[in-house]
Amino acid sequence: MTQVSITVDGTKYTDDVEPRTLLVQHLRQAIGKTGTLVGCDTTNCGACTVHLDGVSVKSCTVLAVQADGHEVLTVEGLADGGELHPVQRAFHESHALQCGYCTPGMIMQSIALLQENPNPTEDEIRNGLEGNLCRCTGYQNIVKAVQQAAGSVAAGTGAAE
Amino acid sequence: MTTTEARPSTPEKEVGKARTRKEDQRLITGRSRYTDSISLTGMLHLAMVRSPFAHARITGIDVGAAKAADGVIAVLTGADLADTQGSLPNAWPIVPEQKAPAHPSIAVDTVNFAGEVVAAVVARTPQAARDAAELVDVDYDELAPVLDLAEAATDATVIHPDLGTNVSAHFVFDSAQAGTGGDVDAAIEQTRADGGVVVERTLRQNRLIPAFMEPRSWVCDPTGDQIVLYAATQIPHVLRVLLALTLGISESKLRIIAPDVGGGFGGKLQVNPEEVITLLAATRLGKPVKYTETRSESMVAAHHGRDQIQKLTMSATRDGKITGFKVQLLADMGAYLAVLGGGVPALGAFMFNAIYKIPAYQFDLTTVFTNKTWTDAYRGAGRPEATFGVERMLDELAAELAMEPLELRQLNWIKHEEFPFTTVSGLQYDSGNYEAATAKAKELFGYDELRAEQQRRRESGDPVQLGIGISTFTEMCGLAPSRILGALAYAAGGWEAASIRMLPTGKVEVVTGSTPHGQGHETAWSQIVADQLGVPFEDIEVLHGDTQIAPKGMDTYGSRSLVVGGQAVINAAQKVIEKAKPLAAHLLEASADDLEFAGGKFTVKGTDTSISMPELAFAAFAAHNLPDGMEPSLDSEATFDPVTFSFPHGTHLAAMEVDTETGMVKLRKYVCVDDIGNVVNPLIAEGQVHGGLAQGIAQAMFEDAVFDEQGTLVSGSFVDYLVPSAADLPHFDTAMTTTPSTTNTLGVKGVGEAGTIASTPAIVNGAIDAVRHLGVADLPMPLSPWAVWRALQGATPASGSAAAAGTGLGGNDPGGTESARMGAGGVADGRDSASDKTEGDRA
Repeated sequence: MTQVSITVDGTKYTDDVEPRTLLVQHLRQAIGKTGTLVGCDTTNCGACTVHLDGVSVKSCTVLAVQADGHEVLTVEGLADGGELHPVQRAFHESHALQCGYCTPGMIMQSIALLQENPNPTEDEIRNGLEGNLCRCTGYQNIVKAVQQAAGSVAAGTGAAE
Repeated sequence: MTTTEARPSTPEKEVGKARTRKEDQRLITGRSRYTDSISLTGMLHLAMVRSPFAHARITGIDVGAAKAADGVIAVLTGADLADTQGSLPNAWPIVPEQKAPAHPSIAVDTVNFAGEVVAAVVARTPQAARDAAELVDVDYDELAPVLDLAEAATDATVIHPDLGTNVSAHFVFDSAQAGTGGDVDAAIEQTRADGGVVVERTLRQNRLIPAFMEPRSWVCDPTGDQIVLYAATQIPHVLRVLLALTLGISESKLRIIAPDVGGGFGGKLQVNPEEVITLLAATRLGKPVKYTETRSESMVAAHHGRDQIQKLTMSATRDGKITGFKVQLLADMGAYLAVLGGGVPALGAFMFNAIYKIPAYQFDLTTVFTNKTWTDAYRGAGRPEATFGVERMLDELAAELAMEPLELRQLNWIKHEEFPFTTVSGLQYDSGNYEAATAKAKELFGYDELRAEQQRRRESGDPVQLGIGISTFTEMCGLAPSRILGALAYAAGGWEAASIRMLPTGKVEVVTGSTPHGQGHETAWSQIVADQLGVPFEDIEVLHGDTQIAPKGMDTYGSRSLVVGGQAVINAAQKVIEKAKPLAAHLLEASADDLEFAGGKFTVKGTDTSISMPELAFAAFAAHNLPDGMEPSLDSEATFDPVTFSFPHGTHLAAMEVDTETGMVKLRKYVCVDDIGNVVNPLIAEGQVHGGLAQGIAQAMFEDAVFDEQGTLVSGSFVDYLVPSAADLPHFDTAMTTTPSTTNTLGVKGVGEAGTIASTPAIVNGAIDAVRHLGVADLPMPLSPWAVWRALQGATPASGSAAAAGTGLGGNDPGGTESARMGAGGVADGRDSASDKTEGDRA
């Protein structure tokens, strides 16, 4: 067992973990951040995407011990009080989710994408979300949501980041 | 009781509004509750030990090391459960002679596909369970796997010796026998004699994996008087009945809860070995037990879809009138009959004739066991296979006749003034307008301009050729009229249930038996009830997915929820209004005959005196002043059993670019115009179309469940099985035309499967259209660059081993080995095996 201290959604959690524990397992099983989901075992689907020190990572491919001393932001930490993050709002307004399983990862990746490229073209959005799979939407409304949210994230209206 | 002054004009209708979804809030903020996120005190965890062999006898299992491992509570083998696990149910014996092998949840002495469970480990943590699963030592005697569908049908090696054959069933629909049309063999011969054309093709439906994003998961809590099973399922109600029957548990002691369910697409319409094992482990140990599969396990063990060899013969006059259509199918069941797997391909019997007036028709289906993952419903279930077959054949016929393929379709389809129309397969189509949808699609697509560009690029010898793919489809939705299901020997009915609870505070609870897993029922049902009862959209709560809360239902599949379940909700709302009326009359001191109900209020005709639904709900609750004999409740329940199916249709057009030098296929533009009848929520309906398109396009271009010669699924992860990403798909141009259905009061037809059913043939037809002039008459699915390049080279497909998984460099043998064998007499009784005109003749 190794002790790790990780700040998740603004709160610091200190736990003993097996060194092999994946960040996503730690988030879900130890910290109770079940908003972050697991969809595959090969780092293809992106359902587990979170931000590690502001950079999007697939939390199934990061060990909990690698996150020791770092800050993790999950989908549960996005909304500021009752105020949704603009990307969350855009996903709702554009009907960019159906079953919702890819949604946390898709939202986290979309935010990272917009932080890097505040005014992406449709192609840039599609390529920027290539590592996140959705089986329900055909991506059309996800692309639309990211287009809708573009600008507002760059303008710093994003909550919690 | 209120007296209003200016009565508002008709309140704005909720039905038809693009309402954003009620479901979203929890899903976008991470407050979701999928099964794997449920944890109970003292909960134990399961890991499965799965067979690496496709066909083998189990000669010994040593569980000693696993049992001794840290944290392990129990290890279960087939022998341990032999007396209690029963045999997984087969709910669709399509013919009385259908053969179904016993299907133990944990294999007892033989394994029949790679991935079958041979033991299960229960431990205190998921990690400990998985570690210990590695320690279970199983000895196998390998047997020869039977993998090739056509070869399996010959019974050269029989998989289940007690059945004596690999053929599960032979199902025939013949229009001459049914009295719905002529004798197809006679029609085809007559056409030949008359100098018409007879087109024969053998097409392959690739094997697909539903690949819902949420891996399957179960939590079983046996503490307390009832067994509670949380399940990532589409079918909590059906599951409850079937688990009770399979395991001999009293149905009343079993409660199934489907919490948030992360997609299904037919893939979660199953009674699974893993859920039986979870339930039995929990009840044996008296502790809650969770099992969540890995994605890799899901790929090998959750049921697959499609996988057919289609031998199709279509005859027509020289001027393009179809005279006969004969369909001979081999359908791969995999190792066992899944819950509906035996019947899914038979749904094609009603759909191969599609939108066309075909005078003579025969559908001849043989279902066959192989040593592969079992197959069952996958989005469309039997209907995409049929639509693919008929729409490919229309293009082949057009090529044979040198006719414009849309004109050929128009010549043969049912005209809008001919509805209602009884087809050659005996179903009555209520409404439709194929002309209108096609005209709109052509316009949105720029059909004539693209045809002109295609011509220019052909003439200039452009290395990238353009093709136009067409699919004018229909489907049967709203599964299903119980009477028809009974005639097809399906074990259950197809009705749906709903109930409405009028709460004292004016809020309304709507209980639906149609359990959603992403379809947005909470929103759409609220819109329907808001209009029915005149209560605000926001005041309606839709409850579902828990057999204790929604005790009756038939669940969600087959584009049935709105068509059947939505109508049930309306029927329940109507009963509420009927119940409320005498109370309103009593309180308003008026005659019930003088009341009218609109906008959520009963009003005395010609006056401003009215009473609202919330007021009546409270009055019923208080029960201080009820009419004599009235019970203190407005709550109502109803069921709806459709009289017939509904028949959405549409015209889908795909502009396909094929690089003749590399074989790379690109979908450049996709236009579809769907007629799904009236639309309750355009936002949701359009979303269903988008997602359906992605899956149908993926079948044509990307996805393929490939087994190697040992029977190992080599496309067994998301690395190798190509679920498309955003970068793989274009923007879709979607539109609608509307001819309301006449089979339900909403006038709706169903939309969940439309995109999937329609798009696959549009893509393949388009790719072939791009290169047909180069001598290519068929391309295999998926349209990998390798397969397309090889077809362009005119190379004879090599027989034997399946190549690398669907990485774009391989895929199933494109109609090569298996279909060649079938042409040599593999199908059915080997009739009509002569003169199979395949791509080889033309390439």
